[in-house]
Formats: sequence, C-alpha cells, structure tokens
Amino acid sequence: MTDVTDEQTIPALAPPPPARPKKRKRPLDKDHVTLRAKLGSYLILAPVAILFVAPFAWLISASFQPISTIFANPPTWLPDDPTLDGYKGFLNLGELSEAQQAQGHGDWRWFANSAFVAVTITVLQTFFNALCAYAFAKRRFPGRNVIFVLFLATMMVPGQVTLIPNYIIIQHIPFFGGNDWLGNGGHGWLDSYWGLIMPGVVSAFGIFLLRQFMLSIPDELLDAARVDGAGELRIFWSVVLPLCTPALAANAIFTFQGAWEDFFWPLVILSDPDKLTAPVGLALFVVQNRTDWNLLFAGSVIATLPMILVFVIFQRHFVRGIAVTGIKG
Amino acid sequence: MSRAVAPAGEDTQRTGRSSGLRRRVWRERSAYLFIAPGVIVFSVFTLAALIFAFYLTFHRWSIIEPDRPFVGTQNYEDMIHDERFVQSVLNTVYFTGASVPLTMIIGLGLALLLNQPIRGRAIFRTAYYLPVVTPFVVSALLWKWLYNGEFGLFNYYLMRTRLIDEPLLWLSDRNLAMPAVVLMSVWSGVGFSMVVYLAGLQAIPAQLYESAKIDGAGMWRRIRHVTIPLLRPTTLFLLVIGIIGSLQVFTQIFVMTSGGPVNRTTTMVYYMYLWAFKYYDMGYASTLAFALFAMLLVFTALQLRLFRDGGTE
Repeated sequence: MTDVTDEQTIPALAPPPPARPKKRKRPLDKDHVTLRAKLGSYLILAPVAILFVAPFAWLISASFQPISTIFANPPTWLPDDPTLDGYKGFLNLGELSEAQQAQGHGDWRWFANSAFVAVTITVLQTFFNALCAYAFAKRRFPGRNVIFVLFLATMMVPGQVTLIPNYIIIQHIPFFGGNDWLGNGGHGWLDSYWGLIMPGVVSAFGIFLLRQFMLSIPDELLDAARVDGAGELRIFWSVVLPLCTPALAANAIFTFQGAWEDFFWPLVILSDPDKLTAPVGLALFVVQNRTDWNLLFAGSVIATLPMILVFVIFQRHFVRGIAVTGIKG
Repeated sequence: MSRAVAPAGEDTQRTGRSSGLRRRVWRERSAYLFIAPGVIVFSVFTLAALIFAFYLTFHRWSIIEPDRPFVGTQNYEDMIHDERFVQSVLNTVYFTGASVPLTMIIGLGLALLLNQPIRGRAIFRTAYYLPVVTPFVVSALLWKWLYNGEFGLFNYYLMRTRLIDEPLLWLSDRNLAMPAVVLMSVWSGVGFSMVVYLAGLQAIPAQLYESAKIDGAGMWRRIRHVTIPLLRPTTLFLLVIGIIGSLQVFTQIFVMTSGGPVNRTTTMVYYMYLWAFKYYDMGYASTLAFALFAMLLVFTALQLRLFRDGGTE
C-alpha cells in the first residue's frame, strides 16, 4: 500500500529531483532527525517544562513548610525541617497545637464528600449514559430521533443558563429537606449529596460519544444474541458494554475529573461547612483572605492527588479517549 | 363530519397507521426503559430548567422576597443600559481573545516538537499535561500566591534577574490583573491543546511528509503547507471548545481577583454570579445568562461558517 501511494505522489513524467549535495546519504527515514534539530527542540522543550513544573515543585515543598518559611525571602525550595502541620491543620486530624488551633483549620470531610460525590456521579453517569446511548444507537423506536436531537441541541446550552433555575428547582424538590409535597417550606436538596449528584448523572455529551462508538458494533452480533434467546438487558450488559470498554473508560475518566474539580455548582448549593467539597473548601479559604497558606498548600496537594492518580493509572485511556471521542485530526 | 366525507380507504389507512405506531411502541417498549433514567433527569435539570430560566428573565424574582412580579422586558432593557454589564462583556472578550489563541499556538508548537522521534517525549508530555490534571481551584490559588506582591515567587525572581525594579502588584493592578489571569489560564490549558494536536499530528500519513520532502520542501514549508492545513479540523475543534470554555470563565476570577480591581476582571459569568447569589435577583441574573448563551451561539455559528467556507473539506 505504501508503495502504491508513493508512486502516485511522484508523477512519472516529472523531472528527476535536482541532485543534492552528498550529505543526503541516508535513505529517507521519517525517524531521522538531525542532531541540530534535536538540540534546538530540547532548548525549547526543557525550559518550558521547567516553567510548567516549577509551581508544582513549590506547592509540594511549601505544603511541608511552616508558615514562617513560606513567607520568607528568598523562597525556600527544600525545607530544612519538613513538617506535617499544614496537612494536620487542613484535615483537622490529630492533635493540633495551640498555635495551629488559633490559625484555624479545614476539614477532612471535604475530601470524603468530594470522593463520594465524584465516584457516585461517575458510576451512575457512565451507566445511564450507556443505557441511553444503546437505545439511540441500536434500537428503532418511535420518537428516537426527536429525543436524540433534543439531547444534542442542549449540548450547546452553557451550564450557567440552567444553574440559576436548577438552584430554585433543587430548593423545591418535594418531600426533601423539610419540603411539603408542593416543594415548599424547606431547603430541598440544597446542602445535600442529592443536590450535588442528581443533576450530574446524565450528560448529553457523554451519550453522544457512547452512541457514536456503539454505532460501530455490527447489528448481526446483537441479532445473533437475540436468536440465542438473550433478553435486551442481557444483550446490553454482556454484549454491548464489553465491546465499549474504551469509550466507557473515557467517559468515566472525564466524568470523574469533572466531578472532582467541579466548582460553581457546589459553591452555590452548599453552605454548611461540613458539607463542602474540597475545591469549595479551598476556595472559600482563599477568598476569606486567610493567611494560613501552609494549610492551603497542604489541602491543594491532597485535592490534586486523586486527579494525578487517575491520570497516571489511565494514561493510555486518555490518549485513546481523545481518539474515540472523535477528535481524529 | 369530515370523516363522513373522507373516502373510506383513507380512513382505514389512518387507523391502520396509528395502530401500527402503537404496535411498534409496544414492541420496542424496553427501549423506552433504557432511556427512561436519562430522559427524566434531562427533562428536569435541562429542559424544564431552560424553560424556567427563560420565564425568570421576564420576572423580578428574588429568593428572599415572596413577591415575584412579571416585569416584561424590563430586565433586558436594564441589561443594555447596565455599564457594568458592558464592561463584563468587554472583559470576557478580552480574556477569550488573549487566552484562546495563546493556548492553541503554544500547544501546537509543543506538539510539533514532541511529534519528533526524540528521547524523553513521555516526560515532557507529562510535564505539560500536569496543569490540566490539576483541579482548577488549586491552580488558581497557587497562582494567586505566585502573584503575591510581597512574597510571591514571580516578583522575587523578576527582581533577582533585574527584569523589574519594583515589585508588581499583579492582581491588584488595573492593567495587569487581566493579563495575569490570562497567563495562569494559558498555563493550565496548553497541555490539553498539545495532546489534541498530537493526536491530530499522528493521524497525518507519513507519506505526505516524505513526498513533500522529495519535492524539496523545507521544514517550515512542510509545516505551513502540509501540517497546518491537515490539522484544520483539530484547530476548529480546539477553537470552538476553547472559546466556549473561555466565555464561561469563572473559577480563576472567583479565587484570584473576585472581579477586581474596579471591575477590571469582572467577567460575564462572575457578574451573573454576583446578581444571583449576592444580590439575589434571579430574574436579572438569568437575563445575563441568556446574554452569554446568545454570545456563545453567535461565536460558534461564526466559526463553523468560517471554517466551512474556507475549508478544504
């Protein structure tokens, strides 16, 4: 195949390429990069990489420093006397010294809340998205196209447009948070896991991606399963889902990351200090102009760890995820 | 009455069709169960919410006041005459216009360099992608510290290297605040552009480069005439996603500047947030949200048109 295209790209009657100076001895090799180009590349890549990594190095280093050396000039990159005070203080775990108590503290629950909410949203959303995607891709039911187009059309709607009405809707969910059956009287799902999770359990974008992926599953496979007597749920669970693992992984990874670092929605619906998620807890710390930067840096490191872990473990899926999500260049 | 007039054949055909529909619905009933959870959640939190948001724009609706009168187009009129709103639009456009192209160009440059067979590619790729993986709130507060006038690392190293004589008040200087926020956003977004561009680059067949090489094209000409045109769909994707994301900028503003100094970094979404959750006027805030929506639609439509007209496809 390579030969054919090569021949096609070189017109048979074109004049022979001008003779080149002898340095072009090597055969044309796409893996060959001249030493000069290599050096030049490193000269750009390395300093930029340092600029990208240095803030993290500082963040990690500072999270182990007492507040005094954080504010020191010149900055301390390697703490002489690393301390866990920042971590203890932000998590509010263990014995806090008097100085620390005066300084204020965070709450380990913020991370527990974030973890619970992000995992729940990821599991539910991946499952519900797959259910919808399967029906849209492989079933021919009346109303399918109308509903699907409706889903697609709303992908353009920015989250901020629905944020305000959703705040009011969440506040008026009947029977929850002291509400009567008309949804009045209490605070509904505000300040609750329900409110954090429910609006996130379906994503039009995710459904679209999974559907595109499922379209490539041959119908014959599903028909064969039907002939063998498998029910629809069985087909979905045992035939379709295993074939979609890369797309499901991509959906799950992106959803988890989005849910873990989601900020705006938790910020507006949460007010109870015990119920905050990690990003909101951190941000409120900063905005209140607190000066306990050692706590903040420690909290930041902890908040970043799950994201880095997910990225490292699923690194291959990331690249594939970008491929399956249809961005093929 | 009309039924009596209508020919008998059409009548039976019609009932036949509707009972056929019913039969098809019944036969495919499990499909409706499959989409049920999605459709229910979607109907409440997207469809109903959207309609409700539109309804809100015609009302004075405060969370704290029980009286929520219909005010017609008052909110829209207020918005057009609201100087702070105009300022927030300009700020948002400034932010988008600066951060999106920078992020894409740097991302493309890094992707081109990393698309060569050189050692340590994985390490560089990870380094550039690290900020993308970091929660946005963390990046924002980390940079808030870096920008700190007294203790921040930026001022320290810029003064050490004699690039500046006086410490800069990055986030509280009227003219520096927005560039500072842009710089932080570029830092956290470049890795994504790079990875997407890398995926795009790897999809370009190597034969094209070889034939360009044989035709005597140097590196720059190959990039200019082979790579960039073939990356057009990738570029379009990044542009649309980038603009949609930047027009909604909020977290950095909330954490780093709270919209200041003197509204210089008050973006559309931050302004909407103020009206909804500080002044409790949900009606006006919804109107602001719709203005943002309209802007998004116009921008996206423009871009798609632009690329389709001048496109190679």
